[in-house]
Amino acid sequence: MTKSELISILASTQPSMTKLESEAVVNAVFDAISEALAKGEHVELRGFGSFTTRTRQSRVGRNPKTGDTVSVGEKKVPYFKPGKLLREGVLSRDD
Amino acid sequence: MTKADIAKWIHKHVGTSQKDAVTTVDAVLDIMRSTMIKGEHIKISGFGNFMLRDKHERRGRNPQTGDSMPITARRVVTFRASHLLKEKMNDQ
Repeated sequence: MTKSELISILASTQPSMTKLESEAVVNAVFDAISEALAKGEHVELRGFGSFTTRTRQSRVGRNPKTGDTVSVGEKKVPYFKPGKLLREGVLSRDD
Repeated sequence: MTKADIAKWIHKHVGTSQKDAVTTVDAVLDIMRSTMIKGEHIKISGFGNFMLRDKHERRGRNPQTGDSMPITARRVVTFRASHLLKEKMNDQ
């Protein structure tokens, strides 16, 4: 499923909603989550999962082309932990 | 941030009523969850991909007792963030 498919499905399940509104809402959901993560906040979505930020320590890396060593600074990466309903829902692989 | 905060964000940025915003946040997450339960990946451009991985059965241990026990084959959800999201998290 892509974002545009998600937008179409949302519009079809919400009779009062146009495709354009659906697009705006779906974009807003992911913008809101991204914004919170950029600020270092946790995002907790009951029944779905939670997004947190994890910090990767700075390290010495290598340019694979030239072999030169380069220092890679500390960085933040997002981490998603599926919630109970999602985790237990996907668990059995019977498809 | 919780679902209620996302609903407030939608209300503020899109103009949807508070009540409708709460309903639609739930609807979006429900659609995504049932899609993954059906075994389908989800790709959200600019945000990231929710991927399903099938794990084989393996031997694990009960960390409390140390007993060896099998961990059954299962499917798990992993999230791979888009480079746009990663950049956004590191340029502030």
